[in-house]
Amino acid sequence: MRVTFTANGKPVEADDVWEGESLLYVLRERVGLPGSKNACEQGECGSCTVYLDGTPVCSCLVAAGQVQDREVRTVEGLTDGEELGLVQQAFVDAGAVQCGFCTPGLLVQTDALLDRSPQPSDTDIREALSGNLCRCTGYEKIMDAVRLASARKCQKVGTSE
Amino acid sequence: MSARTIQGQKNLQDITTGSPHGIGGSPLRPDGTLKVKGEFAYSSDMWHEDMLWGMALRSPHPRANILSVDISEALKTPGVYAVLTHEDIPGSKYYGLEIQDQPALAIDKVRYHGEAIALVAADHPETARRAVKKIKVEYEVLTPITTEEQALNPEVHGYVHEPHEYKSHGSGNICHSQKLVYGKGVTDEVKALADVVVKGEYEVGMQDQAFLGPESGLAVPAEDGGIDLYVATQWLHVDRQQMAPVLGLPEEKVRLTLAGVGGAFGGREDLSMQIHASLLAQRTGKPVKIVYARDESFFGHVHRHPAKMSYEHGATRDGKLVYSDVRLVLDGGAYASASPAVVGNAASLGNGPYNIPNVRMEAIALYTNNPSCGAMRGFGAVQACFGYETQMDRLAAELGMDPVELRQLNAMSEGDYLPTGQQIDSPAPVAELLRRVKDMPLPPPLDLTNLDIRELPGALSNTSHGEGIVRGIGYSVGIKNVGFSEGFDDYSTARVRLEVIGGEPVAMVHTAMAEVGQGGVTVHAQIARTELGVEQVTIHPANTEVGSAGSTSASRQTYMTGGAVKLAAEAVKYALIEKGRKRYGWAQNDLNLVGGKVVSESAGVLVPMVDLLGDEAIDLTREHHHRPTEAFDKETGQGFGHVQYTFCANRAVVDVDVELGLVKVVELTAAQDVGKALNPLSVVGQIQGGCTQALGLAVMEEIIVKDGKVRNASFTDYLIPTILDVPPIPVDVLELPDPNAPYGLRGVGEAPTVSATPSIVAAIRQATGIALNRIPVRPEHLTGTL
Repeated sequence: MRVTFTANGKPVEADDVWEGESLLYVLRERVGLPGSKNACEQGECGSCTVYLDGTPVCSCLVAAGQVQDREVRTVEGLTDGEELGLVQQAFVDAGAVQCGFCTPGLLVQTDALLDRSPQPSDTDIREALSGNLCRCTGYEKIMDAVRLASARKCQKVGTSE
Repeated sequence: MSARTIQGQKNLQDITTGSPHGIGGSPLRPDGTLKVKGEFAYSSDMWHEDMLWGMALRSPHPRANILSVDISEALKTPGVYAVLTHEDIPGSKYYGLEIQDQPALAIDKVRYHGEAIALVAADHPETARRAVKKIKVEYEVLTPITTEEQALNPEVHGYVHEPHEYKSHGSGNICHSQKLVYGKGVTDEVKALADVVVKGEYEVGMQDQAFLGPESGLAVPAEDGGIDLYVATQWLHVDRQQMAPVLGLPEEKVRLTLAGVGGAFGGREDLSMQIHASLLAQRTGKPVKIVYARDESFFGHVHRHPAKMSYEHGATRDGKLVYSDVRLVLDGGAYASASPAVVGNAASLGNGPYNIPNVRMEAIALYTNNPSCGAMRGFGAVQACFGYETQMDRLAAELGMDPVELRQLNAMSEGDYLPTGQQIDSPAPVAELLRRVKDMPLPPPLDLTNLDIRELPGALSNTSHGEGIVRGIGYSVGIKNVGFSEGFDDYSTARVRLEVIGGEPVAMVHTAMAEVGQGGVTVHAQIARTELGVEQVTIHPANTEVGSAGSTSASRQTYMTGGAVKLAAEAVKYALIEKGRKRYGWAQNDLNLVGGKVVSESAGVLVPMVDLLGDEAIDLTREHHHRPTEAFDKETGQGFGHVQYTFCANRAVVDVDVELGLVKVVELTAAQDVGKALNPLSVVGQIQGGCTQALGLAVMEEIIVKDGKVRNASFTDYLIPTILDVPPIPVDVLELPDPNAPYGLRGVGEAPTVSATPSIVAAIRQATGIALNRIPVRPEHLTGTL
């Protein structure tokens, strides 16, 4: 089948898609967006998290056909033009990236958290990121990164207002 | 490889970053930007025009004879390009890290659940999956050998490897054993010196590395008949060494490039898909990609050895250890993997960082039909630490002593001897590390009037509003070796090039080191900056075009390959200064490279490096060898066996819901001596990550194996800690330099994974009063509903 959707603001089209393929497979193998990661492919690890019409989802659990005419935003779409986006920069600065395989999913989930709750408590952060497994960091630097991104975001909002 | 055919390949090219930070600073990772943009190409991201997908048929039985394999239906499937069995292997059919006992594809029998039997290459992963299902295998299913009792009684239960095909150094179903006797050993005379004796039997379940990036890679057939493989591994050169004979190729025709590695933790020391993808690429003449799904990953790599351990300690009334009598039985599973080295570590480190005048120890690894076990972070030192630290707590209780004081009283320090007879010849601040974790402020007590139930055991499940919660505190300390031991010449190679690019001096570092997330590339750039006085450093992709860097394991890479980068950079520095001496006739002996200039301490700036270099590049390669070690005596375990030792102490604070058996670790404190923190941010990240894997082993992580079959090969059923399970991890870093090591550094990655588990179990024990002699501790162990 043919699937057409919007990925990071651009129209994309995938041909010869087998009906059993996931959105994750189509992104990674058919439309050149391998940033979303394939760690468990059963919705446990969160590494494949993308926005689907603005809501974070595990793209491994979304059938390719379900995204017809819808909008997908992946880790590749979190940049601010050529520059790193605020959440991306905070993860690099805080040392929250080691192997980095969990990072794309965490970035999307953190972006969504800070959108709805710009100043989350530590417990809020832990709740929001509880569906994203990381095996390297012990999560401490990820907590630091989210706190840093939150502080910078609030500062930015404060400055622009 | 043509760049256009592999997408997202930016980390397979040079990465150049500028920073003023040499060693001791915490510059940003050179690969960090690519990783957060989703542009870093992991091995599973490799993509090639016209590529095929490879997949293996794996055995559903742990032990069976293969009577026949019929591939005809699979071959007829449209879209299938090749189906291979062991009969199609062009070269040697066996491989292995230490002992070549593992067939690349099963030959007439299978020895563990998940052993690969046949391979398919197809134009789509689903086509490959369907073709795999069409391969017909006729099995004669046998009763698996799964216990120590069965393994040690081959007359009744048979052999995992028949005596005539036996390749290991042991015999029967023993893969490897190591005995150790220190002091007078354990005799009646020695036992009579002890006022108090504590005996215990302990058990450790099978832990998985559970790296997030699945085993994967892309094998591309080359015009010269060789193979170019892009792969996630821990040691490119040892992969090649094992692959080439099986592929029937000389090593130089097997070229490996490190693709992005999504974590490793020991699980990538053995081969997984490397040979399989290459065989399929050889047969089809097309690039072949293999990516394991998570369930296949559980079958596709070795795990941490499960252990049954018996410990007996004798001590005087005032708490001085008199003797220990220890037996460690490690289940190595079907193939040897790293079992011999794991046994060596278990035997030499299994008495902990304590002065014990008399020791008798035996460690063995069994062959069974359980999943193969080999390297995992902590490598043979983890299981024993749970045993000896539990013993220390029990001994303290028996003596009415404080458990930390008992440990400090017996703690080894510089100048003391390990039970191997090796003297500790660099700082060993065991008592000090314990003092530091004990002195750190405790988290506030549970306040029932001001609760966020998400912070309680059970967390988001809303299982308690504070009722039934009991707090406990526990301590532990552990010892780990750094680098490869027992006489292995564990060298690393580095190439450093200095040249002027865009009017600025730029250093390029080229090694075969596997960057698996630990931040070795960051440290390499820092070393180049420190030694060469430059800001811009280029990290060349890791590949087999340069000499071996050894394995990214044993906490060794900063020591070994970092040491090689230091040597190569120093050689480049001396060559540049020599060039200056010839040109300018400098006589000073106090020359250095600082801030892009050649500087004399007495005479100041002499010349900018760009002027001295001109159009010339200085490009030198050096090998770094650690000081030699020796094999342990087979019967006595004596020998200068290890390169370096590393110590970590922990304090755990837990809340336990004693009614439901749920545990919440409230805080996990660590103190570790790292010799010299080359990158403090990464050092703390390693310690926190290491503690977290230890937390997993303490309270949740276990591969459940029943009758040789793996029952929980998924992230739904094999649990690793989430951000809700992991508490704040305050880290206290000591820097007491080791005079034998580059910059005085001490390997960091493994010690916390060794030491942290027992502190958590001790804290649960304190909260519940339950003995807890087996890890992981599960709710049913706490509620008595097992």
